[in-house]
Amino acid sequence: MRLAGLYACAAVAAALPILFPDNYFVTVVGISAGIRVILAVGLNLLMGYAGQISLGHAAFFGMGAYASAILTTRHAWPALLAMAAGLAVVGASAWLLARPILRLRGHYLAMATLGFGIIVHVVMVQATRWTGGPDGLAGIPPLNLLGWSVDTDLRWYGVVMAATLLAVWLSLNLADSQVGRALRAVHGSEFAARMLGIDTGRAKTRIFVVSALFAAFAGSLFAHQQGFVSPDSFNLIVSVELVTMVVLGGMASTFGAACGAIALTLLHEGLVVFEDYEMLIHGALLMAVMIFLPQGLFVGLSQATRRLWRAARRGG
Amino acid sequence: MPSERPLLEVLGLSSHYGPVRAIHQADLRIQPGELVAIVGGNGAGKTTLLRTLSGLHPASDGCVRFAGHDITRWPPHRIVAAGICQVPEGRQVFAPFSVEDNLRLGAWRQRRDRDWTRREQERIYSLFPLLAERRRQLAGTLSGGQQQMLAIGRALLGRPRLLLLDEPSMGLAPLLVEEIFRVIVELNSQGVTILLVEQNARAALAIAGRGYVLETGRIAKTAPAAELLADDAVRRAYLGY
Repeated sequence: MRLAGLYACAAVAAALPILFPDNYFVTVVGISAGIRVILAVGLNLLMGYAGQISLGHAAFFGMGAYASAILTTRHAWPALLAMAAGLAVVGASAWLLARPILRLRGHYLAMATLGFGIIVHVVMVQATRWTGGPDGLAGIPPLNLLGWSVDTDLRWYGVVMAATLLAVWLSLNLADSQVGRALRAVHGSEFAARMLGIDTGRAKTRIFVVSALFAAFAGSLFAHQQGFVSPDSFNLIVSVELVTMVVLGGMASTFGAACGAIALTLLHEGLVVFEDYEMLIHGALLMAVMIFLPQGLFVGLSQATRRLWRAARRGG
Repeated sequence: MPSERPLLEVLGLSSHYGPVRAIHQADLRIQPGELVAIVGGNGAGKTTLLRTLSGLHPASDGCVRFAGHDITRWPPHRIVAAGICQVPEGRQVFAPFSVEDNLRLGAWRQRRDRDWTRREQERIYSLFPLLAERRRQLAGTLSGGQQQMLAIGRALLGRPRLLLLDEPSMGLAPLLVEEIFRVIVELNSQGVTILLVEQNARAALAIAGRGYVLETGRIAKTAPAAELLADDAVRRAYLGY
């Protein structure tokens, strides 16, 4: 029953390309939405469940992408091995970073993760010998899964959707586990959680690492799918957008975060026609959501529909 | 039984909030199976003392020995694992969690032993039938007394060898206080060693075997509870008659 929502999503994801073949919105936008869902669901584990903020998540996304890019183009590693190496590097750096950083709270944690994001971005721009500098790295080969090359939009759509569903499934399981409950306890009252014998430092460190791994996984997929990476895809704005997705989704709900990611991706696509005004409309919409649906789109809209439904039944 | 080794032994314990001294040179000794009360007025340092024992507040001097270990500098999760569980002041239940999930969180250290957790949970429900009826209810919607029962149940799921209770009567109606104290006595008779901190000195000393009087961070007096109840100075200061 817990996974009913997941099955529904899987059905929709499978039905879309059949109903609308060769549709730009389904394949191209769908791929980019899927990658963002992985990022948002991962960040939600840290923000929504454990109540910690990260304003530097684009850095982990970027490190995963660059690891795949550098290892496959410069050293001719197979794609999956490069992805695994990227995950290992990101996991290790997140772990090293977590110990000192997660002792900080609130604004300080935000500032520290922000600083980390900026440092990683500077390295991407400046370490030209490895990263190609501001021009980025091109010619990343497509993903190759045991001889099956992922080289068409439709294949990519399938792979990204499978990866997205995997991420959602992992997140749902984690949230419903004893560990997930402990994280929400840390969120509710770190003091009370420590009193119950929960090693809060360790719990926060672990979820920070898991959250970073989700981002690195998304980054690796992104690099292979685009065939090109540059520092612009991993700057501060991206980190802020990721936080926005989680907040839009209402925090503390996997599906909420996923909806936030999809909504923001579609919004981007829809606002492209407004060009220079895009940021303005984007900001105004965010403010409206925060004012009228403070629990986020997912929770807020489902409550609103329930109210309307009840009102309609009473009226009829 | 003075020859028996104490379960908890506190020697010269001091603790500070910044430059302000909250606990000064406290000595405390609890034998296995005892029910000991610490009474004292507002701001005497009762809560700080408990928090220092459970590692939530650092000790600045002295030492705490528990079951043969020097636990003075241990982190809280290790102290809980060793068997000191706390029912905090103000209950601190997790409001957005169900009663059941609050209890499960209490069993964090025992989470791999599901059979034990389930059996122990049922035992808590039989101890507090009110909670059993409300398993799925959110803890935030419970009354103060029910939350107190939940906080005690949650601490019991930590498998305590020593249970620390911080002001369990706070903010409760007299009938509920009676009910809570009845349970404390019952737990003690089942073998749980209990350290009870209370402003309601009369009720606490009525059920305790021994008592300590805490005054501005110092242990001012220690004696069998009946003696403290009869002591003129204690009566004037804490019992109000």
